[in-house]
Amino acid sequence: MIEWANTIVQGILTGGLYAMFAAGLAIIFGVMRLVNITHGDLIVLAAFIAMVVIETTGFNPFLSLIIVLPIMFVIGYMLQRGILNYTLGDDLLPPLLVTFGLSIVIQNVLLEVFSADSQRLKAGAIETSSIQLVDGLSIGIFPLITLVTAIAMIVGLQQLFNLTRLGRAFRATSDDATTAQLMGINHKHIFGLAMGLALGLVAIAGVLMAVRSNFDPSIGPTKLLYAFEAVIIGGLGSLWGTLVGGIILGVAQNIGAKIDPGWQILAGHIAFLIVLVFKPNGLFPRTRDD
Amino acid sequence: MTDYSENTNVTSYKVVRSTPASRIGSVIGFILFIILVSLPNWGDRATIRLFVEIFYILSLAQMWNLLAGYGGLVSVGQQAFIGLGGYMLFIITINFGFGAIWAIPLSGIICAFISLPIAFLVFRLRGHYFAIGTWVVAEVFLLGFAQIPSLGGGSGKSLPIAIVKSISDTRAGRDAAIYWTALFVVVSTIAIVYLLLRSRHGLALTAIRDSEEASNSLGVDNFKAKLLVYIFAAFGTAAIGALIFLTKLRISPSAAFDINWTTTVIFIVVIGGIGTIEGPILGTIIYFLLREPLSDFGTWYLILLGATAVIVMLKAPQGIWGIITHRFDLRFFPVQRRLHLKLDE
Amino acid sequence: MSVLEIENMTAFYSDFQALFGVSLNIKKGETVAAIGANGAGKSTFLRSITGLVKNNADTFLYNGETLTGKVASDIVGLGIAMVPEGRKLFPSLSVEENLIIGAYQQRPGNWTLDRVYQMFPKLEQRKDIAGTALSGGEQQMVAIGRALMSNPDMLLCDELSLGLAPIIIKDIYSALPSIKAEGVSLLVVEQDINQALEIADRIYCFQEGRISLTGKPEDLTKDQIATAYFGR
Repeated sequence: MIEWANTIVQGILTGGLYAMFAAGLAIIFGVMRLVNITHGDLIVLAAFIAMVVIETTGFNPFLSLIIVLPIMFVIGYMLQRGILNYTLGDDLLPPLLVTFGLSIVIQNVLLEVFSADSQRLKAGAIETSSIQLVDGLSIGIFPLITLVTAIAMIVGLQQLFNLTRLGRAFRATSDDATTAQLMGINHKHIFGLAMGLALGLVAIAGVLMAVRSNFDPSIGPTKLLYAFEAVIIGGLGSLWGTLVGGIILGVAQNIGAKIDPGWQILAGHIAFLIVLVFKPNGLFPRTRDD
Repeated sequence: MTDYSENTNVTSYKVVRSTPASRIGSVIGFILFIILVSLPNWGDRATIRLFVEIFYILSLAQMWNLLAGYGGLVSVGQQAFIGLGGYMLFIITINFGFGAIWAIPLSGIICAFISLPIAFLVFRLRGHYFAIGTWVVAEVFLLGFAQIPSLGGGSGKSLPIAIVKSISDTRAGRDAAIYWTALFVVVSTIAIVYLLLRSRHGLALTAIRDSEEASNSLGVDNFKAKLLVYIFAAFGTAAIGALIFLTKLRISPSAAFDINWTTTVIFIVVIGGIGTIEGPILGTIIYFLLREPLSDFGTWYLILLGATAVIVMLKAPQGIWGIITHRFDLRFFPVQRRLHLKLDE
Repeated sequence: MSVLEIENMTAFYSDFQALFGVSLNIKKGETVAAIGANGAGKSTFLRSITGLVKNNADTFLYNGETLTGKVASDIVGLGIAMVPEGRKLFPSLSVEENLIIGAYQQRPGNWTLDRVYQMFPKLEQRKDIAGTALSGGEQQMVAIGRALMSNPDMLLCDELSLGLAPIIIKDIYSALPSIKAEGVSLLVVEQDINQALEIADRIYCFQEGRISLTGKPEDLTKDQIATAYFGR
């Protein structure tokens, strides 16, 4: 019995990481109606940038974010203004195909530069320390930090979107970019900021992921699918829903793994498909004309 | 443009389909077809195998183009049907003793039925999310089939020699049989897509693609039209998948449900020209022309492919064929209808 | 003193030409009305001024500064605000947020949230509701208030009366005199000719992308206007 409780608790903690993957994706879709197929590869890119920073400066992974986060923000802003802004419009083929092509490029550039070797970022004792709640049920400190960071991220995003001038600009531009221009909002710049913000979140998610488990240039697409599933399960337009979606995904995967290790990822996908059958708009959909 | 507004009366009109280019094109195409049919008689093994690959890649590209370029359904998960078709071929030849060549269309039909519940799932998503949803489905098949021991699990299964020999006694005979089957597949794929688009259904698809609202208001059943395209593409893609793995003689989940199938097809259709029949043909030619010299460079080749697709999509979204059509108004497969006005001067 | 001076403006939507050599000027504090049938080019002209539609002109000056080639968000920053056709409130923003976002560029001036609420008291009662949940007339008030929040020197109003009941239209138009009193120049596009004649100092009539008639309301006859409006 306690084993199952442990499985679920571990799943919840894993879900925090998935929610972080999803938050960036959700913002981009929310503000720009763009599904960024490079999303997973950018998480991996952030991890590799962190690796280089750590090797050069000797920082620990958390400290490396001071450098990695701004770099990813700038990459996001330039990616949006340099390429992706030109794909936005009514036709959904250009953004899809361009980000698909970019995904191939990023994966192979990483492969070329860093080889296919599996990597891991070291954070020291914090990786393995844990709090024991009861016999058989302990909570890893690092997974707990990840979950807490995910929650803090979502709270922060809610504040940003609902209470700040920039958040209003995001919402207005997302509603109607043309009329937003009439308010004096430079929509191209706003889109750039949105992507920059999303990649800042990706930076955090990437570093935390890289401490928690191995990474290599090819794992990007899998992370994209997790992020996507978390967003859909939670419901489009709901940030808290994204957190719930991530958690459900994490729990489903852990339950699957407990039944049979080879079933881990499959269980997650199946959970997603089940939600899709019964609640196609997700668990907490925000009614919006899309 | 000539001003017809004043003093010109239209006495009659004719709806015309063929163009001078298409008439010349059909002559060239016929000659080409004769040459290709005879290839097994004078070509070496490597050339025959290369052309089989060209044929099935082109067929896959036409199917994806039908789905995305004409149907407006951008799927990043058609590899699900390639793999399903392949596994279906293995199952019905090994477990049910079906003839290898006939198993190809039969696999397609079976997978068309399987596509119904899949469509039920993925049609719940729209646009970009539909695309990724189809990818998830493909991943489910990849992971799922790896769990089935009787199909070889994660390492896969080889086609028993008895079945291979049943196609023909000699290796040359087998190569020829598979080659002509592949040629038949690619010609019929292009023919069916062409006929479909010239028909009423094709017009409906173009209308839906241009504006869902408008076509709906004109009485076109959007959902039914899209579903039919999806099922047909599933049939076609699965049949081609069956052909592919008959050629390879071995199947495994990672080869069957590999996202690279989709990557290659997308590259071909985007660079060649989406939404046209000529586009995928041109794209396939370019793909194979590039592959021969560049495949040694592995990752750089893929980087070049990806970057080219990005640049083409940004600068020339209609693809290279789109540029040619625009400049020279050339159409070998005229699916448009032109209005020829007869005027009294 | 000219606030807006435009000579020979042409505008295109892809291959389709919508404006053919339109010339118009507005003096400081003046109210100019643009009338004309549907599709005559009035809205296109307004959208060209705000930079939303690509255009070319021999002269395109605002307070002496040329606007050719400027992006929409910059033009707004110079003091031109638009009340767009169809109101175009932001559904994701509340009424109050819709008003606040009008002040995004934070131009200095007298218009504040309180002053807008004074002008349109109904809005304060419903300030936390989503912008698009209001009635047509109330949405129009929000749209006007939103434009005022940017402290404009010139206000462009596109079809204020569209889709509104006559009594609501009167309400809306009764707000304009106080705006005029601040010295704001107005360019009002209207299909409702009577409303336009009542409020305008001068009229321009559009017909198939061209100016067919211009003058003061008191100098123009009904026949002249009808001919200019409908053509031939």
